[in-house]
Amino acid sequence: MSVLTADTVSSRWWHSRTARRFMSHRLALLGVAMIAVLTLACVFGPYLLPYTSLYIDLRARFSPPLTGNHFLGTDPLGRDLAARLFMAGRISLLVGFFSMLWSTLIGTLVGVVAGYRGGWIGAALMRLVDAFLSFPSIFLLLALSAALKPSPIMITIIIAITSWMEVARIVEAEVRSLREREFVQAGRMLGLSSAHIMFREILPNAVGPIIVASTLTVARAILSEAYISFLGYGIQPPLPSWGNMLNGAQQYLASAPWLAIIPGAAITMAVTSFNFIGDGLRDALDVRNDHI
Amino acid sequence: MRGFLLSRLAQSVVLLLIVSIIGFAILNIMPGGPMAQYGLDPGMTQHDLARLKAQLGLDRPLWIQYLDWAWRLLRGDWGHSFRDGSPVLAVIGEHFFATLLLMGSSTAIAIAIGTWIGIRGATHRYSLFDYLATIGAMVALSVPTFWFGLVGIYVFSLRLGWLPVGNMYTIGDGSVLNYLHHLILPSIVLSLVHVAVWSRYMRTATLDAISQEFVKTARAKGLSERRILMKHVVGNALLPMITLAGMQLPSILTGALVTETVFTWPGMGRLFLDSLGYSDYPVVMGLLMFTAILVILGNLIADIAVALVDPRVRLA
Repeated sequence: MSVLTADTVSSRWWHSRTARRFMSHRLALLGVAMIAVLTLACVFGPYLLPYTSLYIDLRARFSPPLTGNHFLGTDPLGRDLAARLFMAGRISLLVGFFSMLWSTLIGTLVGVVAGYRGGWIGAALMRLVDAFLSFPSIFLLLALSAALKPSPIMITIIIAITSWMEVARIVEAEVRSLREREFVQAGRMLGLSSAHIMFREILPNAVGPIIVASTLTVARAILSEAYISFLGYGIQPPLPSWGNMLNGAQQYLASAPWLAIIPGAAITMAVTSFNFIGDGLRDALDVRNDHI
Repeated sequence: MRGFLLSRLAQSVVLLLIVSIIGFAILNIMPGGPMAQYGLDPGMTQHDLARLKAQLGLDRPLWIQYLDWAWRLLRGDWGHSFRDGSPVLAVIGEHFFATLLLMGSSTAIAIAIGTWIGIRGATHRYSLFDYLATIGAMVALSVPTFWFGLVGIYVFSLRLGWLPVGNMYTIGDGSVLNYLHHLILPSIVLSLVHVAVWSRYMRTATLDAISQEFVKTARAKGLSERRILMKHVVGNALLPMITLAGMQLPSILTGALVTETVFTWPGMGRLFLDSLGYSDYPVVMGLLMFTAILVILGNLIADIAVALVDPRVRLA
């Protein structure tokens, strides 16, 4: 994994082989563009719309998209769907992003320790990974969010608790293969502490796979939030999220299908983008291609 | 083979042990913990609660409580539903068949279509078909299952009127055809993600098999390409798919829960959500443990199946 050393040949990062490969990956660029549009819309959109996400326009209940001033239509209370969609996007994207940070942190810690220590500690940690993977993730997510009070921060933590295992597996395999390399042995001979070797010497060499895995984790975290919010155990109204906007949509499916179609399309767009970006990064960073 | 079986069995037992510890931990962070049922009863005084706690053995050290709980789990005494007092395992059993039916039919769809797409993608690598299949798989993996279900209901049930909007059968009509009619949409919805996963893995496995020496030998023997593909390549490519089928179990169960909710399908997923709504923790915990055990068993069976078919695995 000579990802980082290859890049230092040129001083400008956008000249690097990794950057050039990423730029030639069309789907990844499409992903970046879509995420940029979504993020900008969610950040600035609410200021550009004539209505806030809480403004109730009772005369305009159930307006279909592109009627009057409501370009995405309104919901059963007459709230502007576009305004709600953008506010919800802020929550959903933030929850997805911070869940990824936490799960990458947990997964990396477990993976590095398991891979470097090996022996019974490593085996025990990896069995813990297997055990968490044995629960269907949604059952665990729902049980935990029913048990703990579902604030956005708690939802973020719950999603992280149920999604760190992939990263742990990838990091463990990576660290295990790096453990016997010369530079690690040199570190040991110099008398460096295990912690220093693990996190300052080995870990930087495993950054590529971690970045790829964490990009895909954002995608999965956004989906997880959507699932549990759709089922009523995630982000709680009045705080909107893409998932809980779909929560009541099924009963209006015949009369107001846009209520279901639009938020779902936003979720699909965000998740697809992160999956495209992850795929592009995997090619650009030369990460082994044995997953999908 | 015996050595392989024993070590694989031991692994599963260890896994069950850790899973049960995680389950017990969740049980204890539930609001009210194992006492939740009694805490809700307004007729209970603090004194009654304390006495009951002692009676149920909940004042003992946690690890003894765990052993007690795990032992009852092992004996099949999974407690009783708060809602109607029936045994948890019986309640789960009532809903198991519906979920199994949904999972089985959607897995069949996923295997049939996914295998075909995967093989075609591998034999026509970098063709337009392969390119579209790759993008299609990535998009399919990004679509929330429940949203796909809602769109499916909107198009095929509400607009076109071809398929029912939900439920497992029409009341008063118990014919097989009626069941099948209700099964079509939910199983297609549930299979989408798995068609994507299956086709990607099948493509990789087929490419792996094509580059093997025995394919060269078969070509040298003068076998037709079609025969090589069907007899030598696909046979070998399908082997790792058995393992994949086991690995996919948790995600199929997750998808089933969501699909059942959208289609009001009376399976374990609906049961889980209903029980959560009623704070029926024995059933919630029961389902959590039941599905985890199902996954561990599924993986064990898949590994044994691979070892039975492929001597390379059991000798390694």
